[in-house]
Amino acid sequence: MAKKLHDTPNLDQLETGPWPSFVTGLKELAKDKDYVVDLLGQLEESYKTRKGYWKGGTVGVYGYGGGVIPRFTELKNEDGTPKFKDAAEFHTLRVMPPPGMHYDTATLRQFCDIWEKHGSGLIAFHGQSGDIMFQGATTENVQHAFDEFNEMGFDLGGAGPAVRTAMSCVGAARCEQSCYDEAKVHRAVLNTFLDDIHRPSLPYKFKFKFSGCSNDCMNSVQRADMAVIGTWRDNIRTDEALAKKWFAKHGMDELVNDVVARCPTKAFQVKELSKIKAGEHTSTVAVSDTHGVEISNQDCVRCMHCVNVMTGALAPGKDKGATVLVGGKSHLKIGGLMGTVVIPFIKLDTDEGVEQLVDFAQRTIEFFAENALEHERTGEMIERIGLTNFLDAMEIDVDPAMVNSPRMNPYVRTDGWDDEVAKINAKKQAA
Amino acid sequence: MNQAVQAAAPAQKRKPKETGVPENKKFLHPTLAKNYGDWKYHDRPRPGVLHHVAHGGDEVWSVRAGTQRQMDVYTIRKLCDIADNYAEGRVRFTIRSNIEFIVSEEAKVAPLIAELEKNGFPVGGTGNSVTMIAHTQGWLHCDIPGTDASGVVKALMDELHHEFVREEMPNRVHLSTSCCEINCGGQADIAIIVQHTKPPVINHDLVANVCERPTVVARCPVAAIRPAMVNGRPSLEIDESKCMCCGACYPPCPPMQINDPENSKLAIWVGGKNSNARGKPTFMKMVASGLPNNAPRWPEVAEVVKNIISVYKADARPWERMADWIDRIGWPRFFEKTGLPFTKYLIDDWRGSRANLNASTHIRF
Repeated sequence: MAKKLHDTPNLDQLETGPWPSFVTGLKELAKDKDYVVDLLGQLEESYKTRKGYWKGGTVGVYGYGGGVIPRFTELKNEDGTPKFKDAAEFHTLRVMPPPGMHYDTATLRQFCDIWEKHGSGLIAFHGQSGDIMFQGATTENVQHAFDEFNEMGFDLGGAGPAVRTAMSCVGAARCEQSCYDEAKVHRAVLNTFLDDIHRPSLPYKFKFKFSGCSNDCMNSVQRADMAVIGTWRDNIRTDEALAKKWFAKHGMDELVNDVVARCPTKAFQVKELSKIKAGEHTSTVAVSDTHGVEISNQDCVRCMHCVNVMTGALAPGKDKGATVLVGGKSHLKIGGLMGTVVIPFIKLDTDEGVEQLVDFAQRTIEFFAENALEHERTGEMIERIGLTNFLDAMEIDVDPAMVNSPRMNPYVRTDGWDDEVAKINAKKQAA
Repeated sequence: MNQAVQAAAPAQKRKPKETGVPENKKFLHPTLAKNYGDWKYHDRPRPGVLHHVAHGGDEVWSVRAGTQRQMDVYTIRKLCDIADNYAEGRVRFTIRSNIEFIVSEEAKVAPLIAELEKNGFPVGGTGNSVTMIAHTQGWLHCDIPGTDASGVVKALMDELHHEFVREEMPNRVHLSTSCCEINCGGQADIAIIVQHTKPPVINHDLVANVCERPTVVARCPVAAIRPAMVNGRPSLEIDESKCMCCGACYPPCPPMQINDPENSKLAIWVGGKNSNARGKPTFMKMVASGLPNNAPRWPEVAEVVKNIISVYKADARPWERMADWIDRIGWPRFFEKTGLPFTKYLIDDWRGSRANLNASTHIRF
């Protein structure tokens, strides 16, 4: 039995209503833990005053420089003692989950037992960086908890100016849209950077995210310094039985309004069967005895919309791989930035392809470490130095797939133009 | 690790095993492992259930339920009990903290749903629903929060429960909340973000000891901070005519308190789209601000969010995400239909902002 609960009139109001309540959960934990009784006390104070009362500090595990988010209370009595002394230290361990966040119940139960013993008993599945967040341990218990998680085969994630924990979608494990083995590539890339994850020494954070198709369920374009997004080069595949089944259920109105009209490049047409033309770059499929679909794959931007609407009837091609974008980040400091295409297509179905990606990631992080200013993200660095300087350093040829349009102003010295054309021609001849 | 450091360390210290990201194969449901990379299509027999079919004919049903994300061990064990007794012992979590139970027999779906609902876990969040809110730590654990996260989410999801358990929206609706302008919650169809309205209040007695002053000066996006001697001690001062109250100085320098119970407001943003489907990904746009940080249930925020959702639901066409819908109807009609005031603060004046102005005669009347 723990000590008596503090009055929490504000938090109590979060116990009603149909959505599961974290307050009710905390109160369950508080039955046995003074630690959580006082956590609720401090949280109620925040609700009352509308202020936060945690400050950071330095807490870690032996051998690592990061992965723990230290929190010490700032809510003090006049004599400087903590107002809620049992929750004066409330550190979080960031632990990297398996790619796709799959678990068996034995593993989850073991997490619970360890965290009940050494921590508050509060776990977030998952934090915004993709970590399992074991929330609330004293400085002393951080090491004990980590040792047990580590013996289970789990390792700490990133925090601070480090390579951060990555995220990948459910992908090949359960999704027909998957264009590469997300989990394999996720591990191949991340586990190359264990030193940069565990010992923060970069200018700022560096995040990888892995999405199996351009639905980008990991939101990687907007969030990742390096986004690896599945795509394909050949034609969209079709399945006549499923196409007819779809059409029988949805009809011509939906085919026209929801698919044809929403194709961003007008690559998708519906035609009478007799007018459909097959071709090397054309996908065709009948949806009824009179009508069919004709897709011009050279105009298609692999946006996924028609494949999403008519899943199974349409599917990504067979020549799969990924597009790599670099430089996505959120607001601070210069405003949100999206990633920029740096590798339009890379094959990832061979070890050699994966090694190429790992090599590119290594060179990017080396360049970032040497050239970014303190607290500057990769996207901000590229904005400062210009994409071509970054590409030069990465030894990547420029490609019109990297831009929305060519330059819209004349403010550039072009006295190397002839040399550049000569290089391009020489490469073409050598190829 | 440095050899010298290792040698100096006490002998009983355990060296970490730097194993990194664990292999996921052993955690996969056996049918997922068997058909890895070989799925053919999926459909949704009802809200909250995904039905995947493999090329070889194997099928799995995934039942998705909402959680509070910050879960106590009793809740997690309860979910494990349900997984062991009503499913097949394998689960996964989505990016929005929903849990998915995977079963290989259709007959298990209905009893599993009944058990989840009996224990208070809403089943839904699939397809064209309003799914769980991506969120952050807030007062519970963050060192710089302007508001709470879990509480805001609990309050809002209570209000949006109906839209979570049904698939009645034009397309999926992703929500996020962020407790400061760093926006850890991320881009979403509708996002709630703290918007401070007053410059930080500086405790000059603490700055010299707590803050690395050049770092703080460099952190300001508008160069409004400069070193100064205050009361004979080194400190920092702010050019309040330049300061736009972003709070970027607060993390490196906690004595520059940006959070204020009255003046830290909440803003609503719309039209962020992560996916490349149809149009390219989009950033969200601010459409309302000045909402009070009214714990414990933030009713003013809920009212604006629910209103935007109901207007979108009534007006958008099938498959139109929030951004697609606004592209079609235009911003004037968005503000007209939602009744939100279009104030001068919504006209962008940050770098690159002229690209956001209308350089055409394209106006809907």
